[in-house]
Amino acid sequence: MHSPTQPRVTPQSLVEHALAATIADECVVVVRDRTSANLRWAGNTLTTNGVMHGVDVTVVSFIHRADGTSTGSVSGSATDQAQVSALVTAADAAARAASVAEDAAELVRDRTSPDWDDEPVRTGIHTYDAFAPALGEAFGRAEAGGRVLYGFVNHELTTTYLGSTTGLRLRHVQPTGHYGCTGKTADLSQSAWVGGATRDFSDVDALAMDAELEQRLGWGTRRVDLPAGRYDTVLPPSAVADLMIDAYWYAGARVAHEGQSVYSRRGGGTRVGERIAREGVHLLSDPSYAGLECSPFVVASSSGNESSVFDNGLPLGRTDWVRDGELAALLQTRHSAAMTGLPVTPAIDNLVLDVDGGTGSTQDLVAGVERGLLVTCLWYIREVDPQTLLLTGLTRDGVYLVEGGEITGAVNNFRWNESPVDLLGRFSHAGATEPSFSREWGDDYFSRTATPALRVPDFNMSSVSQAM
Amino acid sequence: MSEAGLDPTFTALPHRHLGDTALARARDLGATHAEFRFERVRYQHLGVRDGVLQGASDAEDLGFAVRVVHRGAWGFASGVVLTPEEAVRVAETAVQVAQLAAAMTPRPVELAPEPTYDDVVWVSSYEVDPFTVPVAEKAAVLIDWTERLRAGAAVDHASASLQQVDEHKYYADLSGTRTTQRRIRLQPAFEAMGSSDDVFDSMASTAPPVGRGYEYVAGGPGQWDWDAELAEVPELLAEKLAAPSVEPGDYDLVIHPSNLWLTIHESIGHATELDRALGYEANYAGTSFATYDKLGTLQYGSPVMNVTGDRTVEHGLATTGYDDEGVATQQWDIVRDGVLVGYQLDRPMAAMKPELAGPDHPQGRSNGCAYADSPGHIPIQRMANVSLQPAPDGPSTEELIGRVERGLYVVGDKSWSIDMQRYNFQFTGQRFHRIQDGELVGQVRDAAYQSTTTDFWGSMEAVGGPRTWLLGGAFNCGKAQPGQVASVSHGCPTALFRGVRILNTTDEAGH
Repeated sequence: MHSPTQPRVTPQSLVEHALAATIADECVVVVRDRTSANLRWAGNTLTTNGVMHGVDVTVVSFIHRADGTSTGSVSGSATDQAQVSALVTAADAAARAASVAEDAAELVRDRTSPDWDDEPVRTGIHTYDAFAPALGEAFGRAEAGGRVLYGFVNHELTTTYLGSTTGLRLRHVQPTGHYGCTGKTADLSQSAWVGGATRDFSDVDALAMDAELEQRLGWGTRRVDLPAGRYDTVLPPSAVADLMIDAYWYAGARVAHEGQSVYSRRGGGTRVGERIAREGVHLLSDPSYAGLECSPFVVASSSGNESSVFDNGLPLGRTDWVRDGELAALLQTRHSAAMTGLPVTPAIDNLVLDVDGGTGSTQDLVAGVERGLLVTCLWYIREVDPQTLLLTGLTRDGVYLVEGGEITGAVNNFRWNESPVDLLGRFSHAGATEPSFSREWGDDYFSRTATPALRVPDFNMSSVSQAM
Repeated sequence: MSEAGLDPTFTALPHRHLGDTALARARDLGATHAEFRFERVRYQHLGVRDGVLQGASDAEDLGFAVRVVHRGAWGFASGVVLTPEEAVRVAETAVQVAQLAAAMTPRPVELAPEPTYDDVVWVSSYEVDPFTVPVAEKAAVLIDWTERLRAGAAVDHASASLQQVDEHKYYADLSGTRTTQRRIRLQPAFEAMGSSDDVFDSMASTAPPVGRGYEYVAGGPGQWDWDAELAEVPELLAEKLAAPSVEPGDYDLVIHPSNLWLTIHESIGHATELDRALGYEANYAGTSFATYDKLGTLQYGSPVMNVTGDRTVEHGLATTGYDDEGVATQQWDIVRDGVLVGYQLDRPMAAMKPELAGPDHPQGRSNGCAYADSPGHIPIQRMANVSLQPAPDGPSTEELIGRVERGLYVVGDKSWSIDMQRYNFQFTGQRFHRIQDGELVGQVRDAAYQSTTTDFWGSMEAVGGPRTWLLGGAFNCGKAQPGQVASVSHGCPTALFRGVRILNTTDEAGH
C-alpha cells in the first residue's frame, strides 16, 4: 500500500520520472509489466507450476555531438523511482562514453496511444480455473486408457509503455498463450503431440486435447519401418510455421545486402524483386491480423543488424515479405533501408503464409496422397548452410504412412535436410491458411503464426532416427 | 591480482530479511519444504561490425522467488518488489499454486536429504570483473579485432561481440541452509565473412566461453591466444573459399575439442539428465535413449570412453559451490570404460532413485544439478560440466592425425541438431581439413557428419593425452517449460573416430 503523501508508482510514472531525470539530449524509456502463469505435467501428474511477475525498465539515452549521436542502453528490474534513477544515470553515462552510432536518425515524435493512462493488464493462476479441473479429469481418462500425458500450458500478459523526450507515449497490451501435450502409450512405444496458441485459454479444452491424442495414438497400432529417401509428404500448419519462422528470421536486409544469406543476389545486393517462390505464395506480417494482433510500433532495446534504438515508436503496418512468389521486402531498420535503398520494413511479431487457391485441411491434403507421409511435427531445426538456407531437423511424435489417401500406420522418425525457401517453390498442394503454432519456436519466441498445410512431393528424409 | 569476491552493492540488498519473512510465512501456512532465492544477474553485450560499434546494452535481472512443497505438491511464485509485504504475498501465492496442484499430484513430492550449510559464501575464479572495465575500452578491442580480420584479402566483412554475465545468488531454506554466491562468465567471439565467384562462407573464432574474468579477453599467459587466431583466420577463410566440395562417404575423423565439446553436450550431456530419462522433458526437449533400466549395462561407447559430471572444475560455466536446492556440488562418473554408470540429479530425482547414491546415502543424494536461470524461474535439473577424460599417456593431435590414411580433421563448431532421444545427430564445423596418409592436405567445403550416439562413441578408437584437452562450452543451453538458459562447459581431448558418415550439404539441399 502506498503512503497518501507519496504519488502511487505506476508504469507511466516510472516513464515520466525517467524522462525528467535524464540529462541526455534525448531519451526513450520502455517499461514492461509482465505476468505469467503456467502448469506443467508429466506421467499424468502435475510437476512444476508457477506464477511470475516482473517489471523491466529500459532507458536509452542519446547524446548529440558535433560528429553525430551516441547512445547508451541500460535495462533492469525496477519498481520504484530510485531504481529508475539509477538506470537513467547509467544510460546517460553509457551514451556519453559511447562512440557515434552508425544508425543515428531522427527520433520518432509526438504520438500518444488513447489508452496510455490505463493500468497494466495481468494474468494469474485463475486463468486455469476451468482448464485445471478438466486437465485433472484428462489425467484420469488417460491413465484408464493406457496413455501417459506430458504437457505445458503458459499464459502471459505484457503491458508495454514507451515514452520519449520527443513526445511518444505509446502503450500496448500483448496476451500470449499456448498449450502443448505429448501423449504416449503406456509402453512408451508410440508418441503423438497436439498444441496450439491462444490469447486467453477460453478456447482450450483439456479433454479434447486428450481425445485427439487418443485418436493419433490409435493410428500407430500398425508400425511400418521405412528407409531414408525423398517422400511425398504432407506438412500440417504447425510444421509449416516451424519452417517459415526460419525463413523470416534469416531475412535481415543488411546481411542479405552484404552477400551472406539466401536472399543475397550473386554479385551484390539483395534478391528483392526476384521470384523466390511459386506464383500465388504470400508471406506477410500485419500487427492487426485477426487473432494474431501484436505491437503496432517498434520497441528496440539495442541496435544490431535488424534493430535500431533510433526506430523506437516507428509505426508498423502490414508488410508483404513475399508477394505472389516474389521477394518483396526484408527486415529493415531505417539505417539498413538507407544502405540497401529499399523501403523501411521493420520486424513484426507475427507471420502469415497464404497461398492463392489453397483450400481444405491437413486431412484434405492427406486424402490426395497415393503413397506418402503425414509428418505431424518437426524438431531441433538448425541452419546448416546460409547460402541455400538449408535447415536440418527431425520428425517427432507422429509420422504416419498414407496409402490411397488413408492413414494406415505409424512410421519411424527421420532426420531431414531441407530449405524453406526451396520448399516454397516445390510444394504441390496447399491447404487453407489457419492459426498455427510452431512446436520448435512457439513456446519461447514466436507463437503468432497462421499457415496452411503443404504437400511436398520430394521431402528429403536424410536418415532414419530410432527415437520414439 | 585477483579481485574475486561478493559485490558490496549486492550484499547491501535486503535479501536476508525478505528470505526470513517469506520462509516464515510459508512455514506458517503449512509448507513442509520452502526455499527462497534472491538473485541479481547483470548482463552486458557489445556488438561490432566492420570496425563500428553496432550496439552496447546493459541489463539487470533482480528479484526473488519462493518455492514450496505443500500438501505434497510443488508451488512457485516470484516477485520484483523488494518489500516484506511482497515477500509475504509471493509466499502466499506459491502456497496457493501448490494447493491447486495438490489435487492433481497423486504421488507426493519427496526430496533427497542434504546436510545444512549455515551461511556459506562461494565465488568463482576470476581476476578482473568485466563490468569494471570501461565499455569504450572493450569496444576498442572488438573494433580492433574486426579491423585486423578485414585486412585479409578474402574478408569482405567482419563482426565481433562480447557477452558478459555477473550472477549473484542468495539461497535460504526452511532446513537452515543459507548460501551466497557469485559467478562471472563471458563469451568473446568474432567471425570473418568472404566470398568467391560462386560461394560465400565464414570462419569464426574457436575460443570457448569461460568462467573467467576480463583477463580472458586481454590475453596473455594461460589465456586464449587471440593474436595468433586473428592472424590465422583470414588465411583459413581464403583456403576454405577455394576448397573443393567434400565427396560424401565414410571417413575417419580426428575431432578437435573445439568441435567435439558440442557433440558431447548433445549426445552425452543431455542424454544423461535423469529428468529426461524419466520423462519430465518429454513434451519439450524430449526424453533419452539412455533409460534408467540400462544403467550399468549400456555400452555407450568404446572402452577408451570415460566421462565425468563435474560442477567443481575451475573456470567451468556450470561450476558453483552449491546448487539451487542448497546441495554442495560434486564430481562423479557418468560413463566408465564405455559403460553408462551415472546420471545428473536434483533432489527430487535423487529421492526417486536413492540407489544411485550408494549405501552411505540410503535415502539418496543429489549430485548438485539444480539450477534456475533467473529469479522468475523454477529450479530444474540442469547440466553439470560433462567432460570426456583424456588418456593419461595419450597421443598428441599430430599423432592421432598420423594414424589416419583417408579422413578429415574437424575444427570448431557450427551447426548442430539431435533427435528428441539424443540418438540421431548431425553436426558441421568451422573447417574440415583433409587427411591423406597421416598428413593434412587442405580443406574441403560443405561437410557435415551424421551418426547415432552409440555408433559414434563406439567408433572412438583413441583419445588424446592431457595436452590436447580443452574446456569448451555453451553460453545459452535451452531447456524446460517455461524456457530457461544455462551455461555449461565440456572438456575433452582430441579424439579419433573410425568410419563416420560424411554428407555433402550442397547435395542435401538438392543443388
